[in-house]
Amino acid sequence: MRYLPLTEADRRSMLEAIGVPSVDELFRDVPEAARLSGPIEGLSNHMGELEVDRALSAMAGKNLPAGSVPSFLGAGAYRHHIPATVDHLVQRGEFLTAYTPYQPEVSQGTLQVLFEFQTQVSLLTGMDVANASMYDGATACAEAVMMANRVTRRKKAVLSGGLHPHYRDTTTTDARFIGFETVVMPPAPTGGEDLLAAVDGDTSCVVVQNPDVFGHVRDYTELGKACQAKGALLIVVVTEAVSLGLLTPPGAMGADIVAAEGQSLGNALNFGGPYVGLFAVKEKLVRQMPGRLCGQTVDADGRRGFVLTLSTREQHIRREKATSNICTNSGLCALAFSIHLSLLGEEGFTRLAEINHAKAVQLADKLASVTGVEIVNGSFFNEFTVKLPKPAAEVVEALAQRGILGGVPASRLFGGGLDDLLIVAATETNTQSDMDAFATALAEVL
Amino acid sequence: MSMNNQGRPTGIAEGSDSAVPQTVTGNRGLQIEEPLIFEQDSAGRCGVDLPEVPAVASRLGAVKQRGRIGLPGLAEPQVVRHYTRLSQKNYAIDSGLYPLGSCTMKHNPRLNEKMARLPGFADVHPLQPESTVQGALELMAELGRWLATLTGMAAVTLAPAAGAHGEMCGIMAIRSAHDAKGDKGRTKILVPESAHGTNPATAAACGYAVEAIPATEDGRVDLAALKAKLGPDVAGLMLTNPNTCGLFERDIITIAEAVHAAGAYFYCDGANFNAIVGRVRPADLGIDVMHINLHKTFSTPHGGGGPGSGPVVFAESLAPFVPVPYVVQDKDGAFRLVEQAGDGPAFGRMKAFHGQMGMFVRALAYMMSHGADGLRQVANDAVLNANYLLARLQDVMTPSFEGPCMHECLFDDRFLKGTGVTTLDIAKALIDEGFHPMTMYFPLVVHGALLIEPTETESKASLDQFVTALRALAERAKVGDVAYFQGAPRLTPRRRLDETAAARKPVLRWTPAVEPEKVAAE
Repeated sequence: MRYLPLTEADRRSMLEAIGVPSVDELFRDVPEAARLSGPIEGLSNHMGELEVDRALSAMAGKNLPAGSVPSFLGAGAYRHHIPATVDHLVQRGEFLTAYTPYQPEVSQGTLQVLFEFQTQVSLLTGMDVANASMYDGATACAEAVMMANRVTRRKKAVLSGGLHPHYRDTTTTDARFIGFETVVMPPAPTGGEDLLAAVDGDTSCVVVQNPDVFGHVRDYTELGKACQAKGALLIVVVTEAVSLGLLTPPGAMGADIVAAEGQSLGNALNFGGPYVGLFAVKEKLVRQMPGRLCGQTVDADGRRGFVLTLSTREQHIRREKATSNICTNSGLCALAFSIHLSLLGEEGFTRLAEINHAKAVQLADKLASVTGVEIVNGSFFNEFTVKLPKPAAEVVEALAQRGILGGVPASRLFGGGLDDLLIVAATETNTQSDMDAFATALAEVL
Repeated sequence: MSMNNQGRPTGIAEGSDSAVPQTVTGNRGLQIEEPLIFEQDSAGRCGVDLPEVPAVASRLGAVKQRGRIGLPGLAEPQVVRHYTRLSQKNYAIDSGLYPLGSCTMKHNPRLNEKMARLPGFADVHPLQPESTVQGALELMAELGRWLATLTGMAAVTLAPAAGAHGEMCGIMAIRSAHDAKGDKGRTKILVPESAHGTNPATAAACGYAVEAIPATEDGRVDLAALKAKLGPDVAGLMLTNPNTCGLFERDIITIAEAVHAAGAYFYCDGANFNAIVGRVRPADLGIDVMHINLHKTFSTPHGGGGPGSGPVVFAESLAPFVPVPYVVQDKDGAFRLVEQAGDGPAFGRMKAFHGQMGMFVRALAYMMSHGADGLRQVANDAVLNANYLLARLQDVMTPSFEGPCMHECLFDDRFLKGTGVTTLDIAKALIDEGFHPMTMYFPLVVHGALLIEPTETESKASLDQFVTALRALAERAKVGDVAYFQGAPRLTPRRRLDETAAARKPVLRWTPAVEPEKVAAE
């Protein structure tokens, strides 16, 4: 067994040193009724690399990789080109196989990465401070709401109908078990919504998304001011981090907390995970934040160094009084995010965002030319919603049969309703011929 | 002095100075100082080549485009060098023994990495039509089958993103089950004092009052104290087994019976499953629900703090109370994802999409590599290695409890009493010896804890070297060489860091000398 270095001779001499006749003796505290005498039945025995590779490759072969066909899926997960450098560096064993940097003297690499990551996220979102990552955008959103409840000592969150339904549901699951109220606005795929009317003296926060799940680009500046007047926090969710290269950042719109998904930078689609939640706040809210924080300090010789800090908020110190139960976060995905963003830099990141927008404009124009297709959006970044004369779920299946991954039916996200709406995204990876193929196939299946 | 074939001396000149020099650069050979990436900016430089932006009329609407963000510009070689140099400041399981108790820092096989990167797994969108992702759903079903079989449990959810998230899921299931029975009077969760901090944090986050259960002299749950606290107001017990003292809870079946007799559920923190995988099925111990850290027992990389993955297994009693989504197989063999909770007992969603797929692939690759026979050997060797360390160290350090231990061995700081040397000092001195320290000051039930978990992927030679170093340090402490310890570590990229200063005036980001253009949104 290739992962086990002990030889039989080692085992014998170690048992001797311990003073027991067999390894079974070391398990003597296990109640006899629960001891298994041999390998568990129903599972295969050990295999070589070749056999495992063959079996898993066969499973992988039953899936249609998005990159192998024209693909226009978004709705919270986006296919971008990831420079080869990113994955090469992420796989350095010193990053890949290290633990949470509890011993700072032997973890300065991970810690400096986190400090730089926090800075990058702060800059992108236009906020003062960011943490060292959350599990994903949806859990970051739920944590943001719980943080707003703590900060305002109120217990009601107003969730926009433009919030990604997975983010909404993650938040309402927590609401149900943790004990706070949510006011969920109905989806408004074509128009605005009167969020402020739902805000009252018990409201801790209003949660909006930009661009929203239907792709509309929103200005929340006025909403932010109105929330502030009513003592509620404004939480802005971003599911497509690349949009932050072009759009006014949430911080400049008056957001108190930003909860975002960072997958678009550095991280593959991975069938939905692992991804990386971004979490940024205004300075004055730092001590109410969930999750790990890396801070700058000096060492015994006065040199700059980094440590995990403000851990008195966290579960391993505060136990039942912690701001969150989070322990592990998304360290390696945050590293991938950081490396990709470092390669892009100011010029690359803004240009990438511009290209994404331009591709979506080209796609919208192309699809609008198909009979029966109506573009719903007045504004969008790299994703928009189209209205179809047929149920979108059927159309998507028919497109898949023709080798096109043609977007996400709104009905799949919302669990029914909105049957005729299809959410479509374009990124820098989509070519003109992808778009032509999509339009042609769409015309055929409608 | 001998010469090589280019005429250069190959020996060391007599009288050469071997003291570590103060270098001009601050670099020390292979340890290279590396500034922040923001300090290496040159405007206009870029590490990617992107095409021209297609000329289109903007459809962004009324929202203004932002101004300068403030990101630094670097070329690709600079980025490669930056992260390579940073990586060299990390200790990792790839570099050496990483005996962090309760964290299971075992070897991370590279086959797992290769499998997770197959385009059929890595380049699949979570919302593709089900007909195009049958292999991905099959993999999830297969991983679930392995986990259910290894634990003897009836149902599995793969949704939770990490161990603490899995705990949340388990407690939500317990709450759902009580609610379904109309039992609203259960407001407490019992948690032993030795538990991971996430346990009480999870129970409290779910709205439960947390009651601590003391430990006995032999490091186990005090059964009498537990029974005294059980009653109609208790929703459940959260227990780690093997526990955080590295001991198997001998009374676990009696504990389970007592919990069930009180109408409560038994949650097991599966962080230490590595000790018993393939030898004991948690279902046979009377456990109702348990999370499994794929990044511990099943070798997915820790990545400097994630991503993890925390599947949860459920006994029949809690099997209906799972989050969405989950995979089902139709009669015709096709796999489907159930993504909406509907009106059934399934309780909702815990994160976006379907779980940490990349981790599922890695964990299944690991399980298949070891197989049922190999996983049993994993537990055997993990426990053997820990007991070997206990045996080799017990005369110079003070074991907290009598053995045998399971996968980790716990010492306290009685052996340091009167020396002026602390647990922290021992840990820092170990760093200079080339080892990652053990877990310090946890569990809280003993004073100055040193919790050592070698894992099964360490060789005997590696353990012996660790023993030699630790024995020498223990002896050194006993002769009172306090100054040596307090100055450690000396050979690391940074020496001890001032954590108090970091917390008092937090500097949590780099700030440019000149602020980038603030974008007003009026």
